[in-house]
Amino acid sequence: MDEPTILLGRLGMQALPFYSWVALCGALVTVGCGLGFLALVTWLGRWRDLWSGWLTSLDHKRIGIMYVILALIMLIRGFVDAIMMRLQQALSYSSEGYLPPEHFEQIFSSHGTIMIFFMAMPFVTGLMNFVVPLQIGARDVAFPAVNAISFWLTAAGAGLMLISLVIGKFSTAGWTGYPPYSEVRFTPGVGVDYWIWSIMISGVGTTLTGINFIVTILRKRAPGMTLMRMPMFVWTTLCASILIVFAFPALTVSTAMLALDRTLGLHFFTIDSGGNAMNYMNLFWIWGHPEVYILILPAFGIFSEVVATFSSKRLYGYTSLVYATAVIALLSFTVWLHHFFTMGASANVNAIFGIATMIIAVPTGVKVFDWMFTMYRGRIRFEPPMAFTVGFMCLFVIGGMTGVLLAIPPINYSTHNTTFLVAHFHNMVIPGALFGYVAGYMYWFPKAFGFRLDRTWGLRAFWFWAVGFTLAFMPLYVTGLLGMPRRMSSYANPAWHPWLILAFLGACLIFLGIVSLGMQLWVSIRDRARLTDATGDPWDGRTLEWSTSSPPPAWNFDTVPLVAERDTFHAAKQAAQPMPHQPADSFDMPKNSVSGILIGLGGFWVGFGAIWYIWWLAAAGLGLIAATMIGRSFAEHTEMRVTPGETGDVT
Amino acid sequence: MLQAFGLMLALVLVVIAATLFFAWRYRATGKALHQPDWDRSLAVEIVTWGIPALIIAILGTMVWNKTHALDPYKPLPGAPPLVVQAIALDWKWLFIYPEQGIATVNEVALPVGRPVTFRLTSEVAMNSFMIPALGGQIYAMAGMETRLNLRADTPGRSEGRNMQFSGGGFAAQTFAALALPEQEFDDWVTKARSTGTALNAASFAKLSKPSVADPVRYYGTVPVDFFAKRIAAHGGMSHHSGNEAGH
Repeated sequence: MDEPTILLGRLGMQALPFYSWVALCGALVTVGCGLGFLALVTWLGRWRDLWSGWLTSLDHKRIGIMYVILALIMLIRGFVDAIMMRLQQALSYSSEGYLPPEHFEQIFSSHGTIMIFFMAMPFVTGLMNFVVPLQIGARDVAFPAVNAISFWLTAAGAGLMLISLVIGKFSTAGWTGYPPYSEVRFTPGVGVDYWIWSIMISGVGTTLTGINFIVTILRKRAPGMTLMRMPMFVWTTLCASILIVFAFPALTVSTAMLALDRTLGLHFFTIDSGGNAMNYMNLFWIWGHPEVYILILPAFGIFSEVVATFSSKRLYGYTSLVYATAVIALLSFTVWLHHFFTMGASANVNAIFGIATMIIAVPTGVKVFDWMFTMYRGRIRFEPPMAFTVGFMCLFVIGGMTGVLLAIPPINYSTHNTTFLVAHFHNMVIPGALFGYVAGYMYWFPKAFGFRLDRTWGLRAFWFWAVGFTLAFMPLYVTGLLGMPRRMSSYANPAWHPWLILAFLGACLIFLGIVSLGMQLWVSIRDRARLTDATGDPWDGRTLEWSTSSPPPAWNFDTVPLVAERDTFHAAKQAAQPMPHQPADSFDMPKNSVSGILIGLGGFWVGFGAIWYIWWLAAAGLGLIAATMIGRSFAEHTEMRVTPGETGDVT
Repeated sequence: MLQAFGLMLALVLVVIAATLFFAWRYRATGKALHQPDWDRSLAVEIVTWGIPALIIAILGTMVWNKTHALDPYKPLPGAPPLVVQAIALDWKWLFIYPEQGIATVNEVALPVGRPVTFRLTSEVAMNSFMIPALGGQIYAMAGMETRLNLRADTPGRSEGRNMQFSGGGFAAQTFAALALPEQEFDDWVTKARSTGTALNAASFAKLSKPSVADPVRYYGTVPVDFFAKRIAAHGGMSHHSGNEAGH
């Protein structure tokens, strides 16, 4: 590689993806979609609306929707990676397949990174953003400007992720980026740096989100909403936010140390000069295991909301569910070592971490029983969110069982690093987390836009996802038990081949599931007149978000609701009374702010500059961030007075 | 461990069956009893916390016992173990037999019935050493020594490999594991000693260059403490070879 230059660092013509037609196609599609979007907005003449209605908005609902849009875009990108991997392994029995090994390695690395950091995290954060203030009867989150900064830092990370497909190559070190392989000696290019900076920058945004939601939930609840009257989704968001605040710094630190090793030649995790890669693995998983629960606890909250609403029944075992959630959150910090039982720790250490892991199965099992007993003597309506919930309950318990098996160290010695492990964690995060997010998306969509999503396409999506998941991942349990390591670009064992073809067919069904989600959105927008919900309460809901209009006003509630019990809104409907509320008043709402998008842009410059050694750009990014923060702290009149009901609504 | 699996599988099947049954039985179009305010029951709570807790208590006890019984660091009963030192390279394995004074690449032989203690390290990224037919895997890391005790009970040939992704040649990073009866093992050692070249700084430097699917190779002589010195070269310390005391 040429010596870095001041102006362009190590960036040069060789960074363009002319090395492989597959990569070139990916780059062209990425650039084409980006340019197409810009052209569309220009053609429609909607730049002003986009800027003031969305990009600079501090409305938690708008920010939430932008998070979900980001997540859905990245879901498509992450899925393209997934089906390319499945195709490669279906073809590469005793042959190279259609992808050279290095390209395959980039794909498995970007698939995991995208799905965890830029699909699941934005999806869950978006739902938290949209729903939590509405569910607690608040008019906004505690720190609206910080909320926008969180979003734009996440978007900056996602932007780095996407641009890695066009300029340079992505990491080959997997989504966990284990050193010493991820050190410059083994991976000298920009790939690992793309990985580090995209997750570090978005991770800072996530940490801010965690702080924001803890404060929002603890300080902004409507009068009368005690902790034990909060909806389950609020409880699970609170626990996930606490996990974020304690866990994400470990990720930020471990990736920052790796960046110091790579960029400044330090030796935290290198194989010489006193480095020790085991420290990275401990730090990474001290974040990584709680991260699983950051993703899945809010999904549990969504399932709890959905199962009660569509069973037309109070949530069974609320108190148990709250305690189970809190216990899971606490225990999630005590099990990180089960990710590397094979590192050579003593039997005492491995046994203790194995048992701690199994104990988590107890509160998790309790939750499944509580959802079951919520259905018991209910009156169940099979709308798509409920279908995803029932599907989750049936599939998730299988993943729970294989998780307990993996937690037995003597079994783990043989199944670790195999596709059995891959099947297990997909069994947790697809039915466990993603089905929950999709259920939440379909459940709260009418609240966001005033019309429901089409039921038929929703149910089709469910069946394709549920059957596709089963077909794609059950074979990987088998190949894992047959000894197939994960991350194989090619293999010579004939016993694995038929199973990998089945898994590819499963991925094709999941593709149809994604197509169905797209069709559902398209059909619903087209037929929005038929699907309109004028009541604000399309599902006969139980919690506060259904008591306001759909879509809600920017300030959520014209009058602040008064809460007297857990399902106050449902109780009011039963008694045929209006929702009790405080007297009408005037209040302040945040004005738009450019600080979020500017700090996101600065973060992107810092990342891109640090990846390519374009140090003036990184410095300019830091300068932009600092200037924005200073400017924002001097800004007066960041809020406007609102009196609902008056002419124009805003005075 | 099979009972443990059976126990869990039974519970999982009950949960799936009950979920599907409830979903059908209490469908909105059905006629089943509707109790919209029923949301707690002490009896149900005791069962829903109790059954998982009981299963996990049973499993937990089993985990404690089995993890100690099957600890890969624990020497296996029988004759004093044969020591084999394994060094992970890009993308192949170097095996050193300090007692026999030989070394091999991508082929390891084990005398049937005699316990073997593998001492593992890496010259490169982290690897994970496994011979699936004989037992589990343990990581091999530069500057560090890990251990794995195995024993082959029947003669035969199987494949061992690196299980931890370590770069471009990972997929093909396999080696032959030969379980040989005593006499054939001795013949194999003799063959390695007579046909092999010398393992020294120069030949090791050549061997260390990244390569994929290397042919089997033998070294007839190995410098004393070669393995310990490779660990020291990466800043670590080896437990002294041949001595099973520490842990």
